[in-house]
Amino acid sequence: MQIMTSKGPVMLDLSFIQEIKKRSGQAIELCYQCQKCSSGCPVAEHADYHPNQVVRMIQYGLKERILNSSFIWLCSGCETCGARCPNGIKIAAVTDALREMAVKERALSGEKNIPLFHNAFLNSVRRDGRVHELSMMAQYKLRSRTLFADLDIGLKMFKKGKFAFLPKRIKRLKEVRQIFKEAAKQ
Amino acid sequence: MKIAYYPGCSLEATAKEYDLSARTVCRHLGLEMAELQDWNCCGATSAHSINHLLALALPARNLALAQEEAAQCLVAPCSACYNRLKTAAYVLQENEVERKKVEEVVGFKFNGTVNVQSLLETIYYQVGADTMASLVKKPLTGLKVVCYYGCLLVRPPEITGFDQTENPVILDKIVSSLGAEPLMWSYKTDCCGASLSLVKSDAVQEMVGLLLDMAAEAGAMAIVTACPLCQSNLEMRRKKPFSGIPAFFFTELIGLAFGMPEERNWWPKHLVDPFPLLRSLSLAG
Repeated sequence: MQIMTSKGPVMLDLSFIQEIKKRSGQAIELCYQCQKCSSGCPVAEHADYHPNQVVRMIQYGLKERILNSSFIWLCSGCETCGARCPNGIKIAAVTDALREMAVKERALSGEKNIPLFHNAFLNSVRRDGRVHELSMMAQYKLRSRTLFADLDIGLKMFKKGKFAFLPKRIKRLKEVRQIFKEAAKQ
Repeated sequence: MKIAYYPGCSLEATAKEYDLSARTVCRHLGLEMAELQDWNCCGATSAHSINHLLALALPARNLALAQEEAAQCLVAPCSACYNRLKTAAYVLQENEVERKKVEEVVGFKFNGTVNVQSLLETIYYQVGADTMASLVKKPLTGLKVVCYYGCLLVRPPEITGFDQTENPVILDKIVSSLGAEPLMWSYKTDCCGASLSLVKSDAVQEMVGLLLDMAAEAGAMAIVTACPLCQSNLEMRRKKPFSGIPAFFFTELIGLAFGMPEERNWWPKHLVDPFPLLRSLSLAG
């Protein structure tokens, strides 16, 4: 369905709410916009939308706008919203579902570096079974082209012996690789 | 009781001092813990951000290992690991469809016998503040601190079941038993933004800045945490780098109050030098 707004035509996907409900297991229709979630949200001021707006946008079916938003990537998963929601909606679970869909639909224009970071992190886990912080950070910095950010902190941590040079690979790595293989099919 | 210790990836590198102090203090308290053999990463924020099954199956493999070892308790010093392990155990317990899927992927049968605990809970509930107080050799008199619990220990409350959601107190009680003074403040469970620290440092600096300002307003000389991500983030993302009040791991303060000689190995690992504060209170030589 298409509607006209002051900024031009906007597509509404009326099946979007059902999809998100299924993925997150949350009763999104219960929201009555009390905005308690947004009052306590630590990243709301840094994002394009607030959590209560995101819930409303799901109800409206503004799929494209949400999947391209910076909010879904800036959400730190602190769960304050869900702990305080009078209707028991776990908005962090909704955000997880939105991110998963955004990855699937390759709608990553909101905050490019955050998914790059998650990928670098998970690549490290798949390679060794544990995260090797030094090589994980190196991969992220190369791919995001932020090589020179935080050099002072990195140097200080290096001097303090806070980096392990070599990764610790687990013995039954096959089991972790199998988990990654199955998860990729989802 | 058989306790399996799950250090997590951060404690092998950036939070080495947490691992060192945790092991030393637990040995002293008579908490027999053996490291979980061949443990893997819990997946942290990254797994649950982009793949639901990965977010459950990675921690579930560790639950399977703990079951294999017949451990009754799986203890995680890191709040993020604790949260992921506890969430996986909760979902496997409550949701049959998810349980079957995860059991198949990980290749085990979940029996629900492993109790996931944060190290903070283990020390508080299995040792207790009174016993701790009786072991203090060097009371932390004059040390005013704010206790910072962060997000992942306390939320979601139906999963973690940790203390009180909006005003947890067990860390305050531990700190108090050591002779230090925990101050009242309203930011115990506000998020420090650690999961965004590397990728959105400007926003995180503001989040950390607020916590530090509020700690200062309360009159704190230091912040006490039970999470490697909070601790490093609190010391790393400052407007004026490496200055201001230090952030301690609670295990470091326990070791300090118990007069353990190993303490001298922990302080040099901090990004914010804690020596000036410790010397001013005659707590370090």
